[in-house]
Amino acid sequence: MPEIPEAPPRHSAFAPRSDGSKVAVRIRGLCKYFGVGDQRVVALKEVDLDIFTAEMTLIVGPSGCGKTTLLSVVAGILNPDAGVVEIFGSEVSSMRDRQKTRFRARNIGFVFQQYNLLPALTAAENAAIPLVIAGWRKNPAVGRAKEILASLGMGKKVDSLPSQLSGGQQQRVAIARALSHDPKLLVCDEPTAALDHETGLTVMELLRDVAVKPDRAVAVVTHDNRVFHFGDRIAHMDDGKVIEIEDKQHDSGQDEYGAR
Amino acid sequence: MYWIALKMLVGDRAKFLGIVTGLTFAALLIIQQGSIFCGLMLRTAAQITDITGADLWVMDPNVAFIDDVKPMLESNLYRVRGVEGVEWAVPLYKGMARAKLTTYRFRSGPRSNVFTSVLDWFSGQAEPARPPAGSTPSVERVDIIEQVILLGLDDSSMVGAPPPARILVGSLADLRKPDSIIVDRVGLRKLYPGQGWESASIEKLKAEFFRETRELEMNDRRAIIVGICEATRTFQSNPVVYTTYSRAKQYVPRERKILSFVLAKAEADQSAIEVAERIQGATGLGAKTSEQFMWMTIKYFLLYTGIPINFLTTVLLGFIVGTAIAGQTFYNFTIENIKQFGALKAMGATNLSIISMVLLQAAVVGVLGYGIGTGLGALFGWSSRNGELAFFTPWLLPVTGVAIILICVLASLISIQRVVRLEPAIVFRG
Repeated sequence: MPEIPEAPPRHSAFAPRSDGSKVAVRIRGLCKYFGVGDQRVVALKEVDLDIFTAEMTLIVGPSGCGKTTLLSVVAGILNPDAGVVEIFGSEVSSMRDRQKTRFRARNIGFVFQQYNLLPALTAAENAAIPLVIAGWRKNPAVGRAKEILASLGMGKKVDSLPSQLSGGQQQRVAIARALSHDPKLLVCDEPTAALDHETGLTVMELLRDVAVKPDRAVAVVTHDNRVFHFGDRIAHMDDGKVIEIEDKQHDSGQDEYGAR
Repeated sequence: MYWIALKMLVGDRAKFLGIVTGLTFAALLIIQQGSIFCGLMLRTAAQITDITGADLWVMDPNVAFIDDVKPMLESNLYRVRGVEGVEWAVPLYKGMARAKLTTYRFRSGPRSNVFTSVLDWFSGQAEPARPPAGSTPSVERVDIIEQVILLGLDDSSMVGAPPPARILVGSLADLRKPDSIIVDRVGLRKLYPGQGWESASIEKLKAEFFRETRELEMNDRRAIIVGICEATRTFQSNPVVYTTYSRAKQYVPRERKILSFVLAKAEADQSAIEVAERIQGATGLGAKTSEQFMWMTIKYFLLYTGIPINFLTTVLLGFIVGTAIAGQTFYNFTIENIKQFGALKAMGATNLSIISMVLLQAAVVGVLGYGIGTGLGALFGWSSRNGELAFFTPWLLPVTGVAIILICVLASLISIQRVVRLEPAIVFRG
């Protein structure tokens, strides 16, 4: 009888894939509920997902399917009721609030749907905020933010207030802010929702070109199917679950979590 | 993070000015009303603090405050002098006298201010027309009858007289001349209304006021003004007239008991409080140190007049309205920036740094409100320094400061608890 070959080892968490990308975020059995008793709403049901470096992972699905909740838990600003979230080997889900806050400040960049720029600060000052939170002094932080803004084509707008910028420009400032402290994970919540189609495409191109790096993972929540083609991997969600994962580059041999 | 907090604060100019205005209003109201209250209370005891040299006041045991004069027999003076520890004791007459005089003034309308003008308007009494510019004003004869506060000082020592520095024209020695009196400068406004002597310079008073003999009549006796002094205004704002004790007795209707107070000095090695107790024990009279008598007088006004309640109500209203305006505006400011605070928290700003930001914002508006409010209050006091208004500020500055800190703490506490409870996930809600 021919010997049955040994089964190939299953994916070891955080081990590099063939193209060198690694699991940046590992989500297992994630549950999140809101409310209690009869009012309880299940937002996330046993979600399993891996997000890789050097890729843009889109989390898509209809409104209310739990994608923003998933992003909030991944980013460490909502506590899960069950399950594990590991980011680059650190188990965020079990961290205490202060640890999470420090972790976010060091490792995560945010792009919000409504930009959330401080209206009284200039573009450069807004982009400098994560550096200031990290302990940088004002002048070097603003200087660094100006460089990043210039690299995003906003060199002439560094001293403009948000009210003087268009929606697309404001989102660019938000991206500069998210990248200024060189985070390992960038989470973007509906970055194109408040923008027209053309501007939305430009912003997504910018994210793909500037944010995606070999040692950084980018997770984007969106329901805008016109930008799905920007995603290297697309996690489809419905009713609090990940129901399908499309992996454009590694569409063979992947396990149920999308890892190879 | 602090520069971010400051930029957030001043970025919304309308709200920033609203908060500062609220605090300024509170500070101004507290300091202005408080200062007037303190000024008035100090005026009640002005005649005690104005008398220097003596450290003991001896009086009828039922006297409750300085104006509550209950005359004693003059023999009590000798009883006080006989108490051990009393270095010296002198009589003091204090009472109200009716001064009459005839003066002349340019015919003009009655004195008015904004309040009397409004009153005239409501009552339908228009102010009499003033003479047209350039015309020769006519002079009218005016008979003045005015209640004055008469102070009769010991004939030989003159204890109780204003110190030399406060005698603006003439000298204390002039009181030894026949029928002589010294009048306080502010009192000239009532004795010679409409002539402006109360605000005239010392040179003008010397050169022009005394160009003619200035006579009064009290109790059908002649009194001649020989000097003008500075006296702290009294609560009733009557003119203060200084003369000798023996002459004072002639300026008021004759009574068997006429001695108002005995002013005494404790011997150098004796405690004034102990000597006062000894006088009380030995004579059965009331005896107080100057300070005790001053507080006794102030306490009387605090207890038996509605003045403190009125002022306290206004001060409290200022505090409450200031807190409401500043608190509400500050809270609105925080609520409008709640997403920004949420974004900062999401990006990794700790609760401590957010609280520090809110406290810094509260401190800045507090300092500005306090500074502008007290500055305006001081300006108000300075501009009314020669007027009717009693205004005494110094210890109200820290009191107002504490009140403003309290307002800012209350205002920021509401905001802080909102920001601390804030779930950073709010930023993911469109």
